[in-house]
Amino acid sequence: MATNKVTTRPAPGAIERLYAAFDDPRRRWALYAVIIALLLLAPPVVGRYGTVILTNALLYVILALGLNVVVGFAGLLDLGYAAFFAVGAYTTGILTQQFGFNFWLTIPFALCAAAIAGVIIGGPTLRLRSDYLAIVTLGFGEIVRIGARNLEITGQASGLTGIPSPSVFGYTLTGPTTYYYIFAALAVLAVIAAQRLLHSRLGRAWLYVRHDEDAAEAMGINRVRVKLAAYITGAVFGAIGGVFFAANLGAISPQSFSFQQSVLVLMAVILGGMGKIPGVILGAFIVILGPELLRDIGSLRLLVFAVILLLIMLFRPSGIWPGRRS
Amino acid sequence: MLLQLDDVVLRFAGNTVLENIRFGVEENSVASLIGPNGAGKTSLFNCITGFYRPQQGSITFGGEELLKRKPHAVTRLGIARTFQNVRLFREMSVLDNVMAGQHCRSRAGAFSAILGLPSQRAEERRVREICEECLEFVGIADEADRIATNLAYGHQRLVEIARALATQPRLLLLDEPAAGLNSSEKTELVRLIRRIRDERGVAVLLIEHDMGLVMEVSEHISVLDHGRIIAEGNAETIQNDPAVIEAYLGQDEDELELT
Repeated sequence: MATNKVTTRPAPGAIERLYAAFDDPRRRWALYAVIIALLLLAPPVVGRYGTVILTNALLYVILALGLNVVVGFAGLLDLGYAAFFAVGAYTTGILTQQFGFNFWLTIPFALCAAAIAGVIIGGPTLRLRSDYLAIVTLGFGEIVRIGARNLEITGQASGLTGIPSPSVFGYTLTGPTTYYYIFAALAVLAVIAAQRLLHSRLGRAWLYVRHDEDAAEAMGINRVRVKLAAYITGAVFGAIGGVFFAANLGAISPQSFSFQQSVLVLMAVILGGMGKIPGVILGAFIVILGPELLRDIGSLRLLVFAVILLLIMLFRPSGIWPGRRS
Repeated sequence: MLLQLDDVVLRFAGNTVLENIRFGVEENSVASLIGPNGAGKTSLFNCITGFYRPQQGSITFGGEELLKRKPHAVTRLGIARTFQNVRLFREMSVLDNVMAGQHCRSRAGAFSAILGLPSQRAEERRVREICEECLEFVGIADEADRIATNLAYGHQRLVEIARALATQPRLLLLDEPAAGLNSSEKTELVRLIRRIRDERGVAVLLIEHDMGLVMEVSEHISVLDHGRIIAEGNAETIQNDPAVIEAYLGQDEDELELT
């Protein structure tokens, strides 16, 4: 992400310059090329451990972009986003491990399950205001996690193990580097999808509803439908993350889908700047890489990380990514 | 009649806001709704557009009953509105604001957007063209890419009108469109309202306090006072109606610009 030589204007600051680069279509492509090159070259440079961490960061990019649709675009608070991640992971886990499905065949099921979960959480909550919405989504997240902990089919507290590795043309997908590239590809696709959604009819409708529900409704926008679409879209992003998460680890358990995960993803979204795609990507990298980069200071690292996050929020309350100017 | 209200009664917590309203707007006409502050004009707008649910009566538009419809469904049927206090979408460009109006006239969903299907791209282009035309029509096409809320106030009002026109309505409801405008902007507004009727074939119903403007532009005027229609007719009839003079004399000095 450290590509600052992109503008000749006397720029106000590194982030603004980077942002300006995203605004200019020609430079944007150059920047994309650099980012993709960095993504491709990273594994040999950062080593095996670094690759695993980066894979996790890329997973969080996908999750954060999905939650960003709900929170950032449509302005709906969701404190139980890990539930959708869990739905994806468990659908794949159960179908492959207990019903002998081919991994690739589980994807449509996982997406449908996530869409249904999106409707279940979205339907009854759409009339609620943000604070009540927070409580209900929090509850939903916990219901899914506790359900997974207690149901036979989800393997209860120990979860599901021995989820077979998927294969492509006879080649089995295993190993950290392979999954790194899979998640890198998924993250790139997620960015493209988020970008296209934002600049589409539905994306604009989310922003209208977020800014002024009544005015949006007066313009002929069905707010209930549009919000439901946001929940479903966000759920689908989360489920895709979950499906490949299950394939990568080969084992899933309820701990992977705790409230903490939901908060971490939400943090990435808020930190980066709600609704701003590059900011949200940056946010995901910060919440995952931050604690790792601070590993040297030992036991104080989470405390230091928390202080850094607080400082960021104090000095840039609307996120690190700058807002759009006229 | 394009729009017809019959015996509409609206109550809030026992207070009658609108009482047996009988009222119509003809196709291709400019009609006005005037009355002292608090008479129920905006409430009447909200009943027509589905934001309020009258307890009684019927509201038909082109033969369709509106009463049980949600605001977005009313807009889709062909009634667009602006707001008394301008309500543009913040942080969005003028064009993006206007494109809100085309939402109900287009269909692309999440899938076609993510895949960038040709049909979706074609629809986006069409939506953009229609909205650019609407901006051109109200005369602010050169400001399409600016953040809407950064525009001069008078132009923000025009954005709202363009946004309403982008829904391709048959009836346009303007809630105090001249409020906060200077005299040259008001002259422009009168011209714009006439062009909306003549060039686009859209009927206009306006709520307005500026009597000069109302008398100049309206073919039909209805006077609302304490939730009742107390007079109806053309400018001359209204100006000489004793009930109207009575209603306004009870009001503040600045409301007295009847003649």
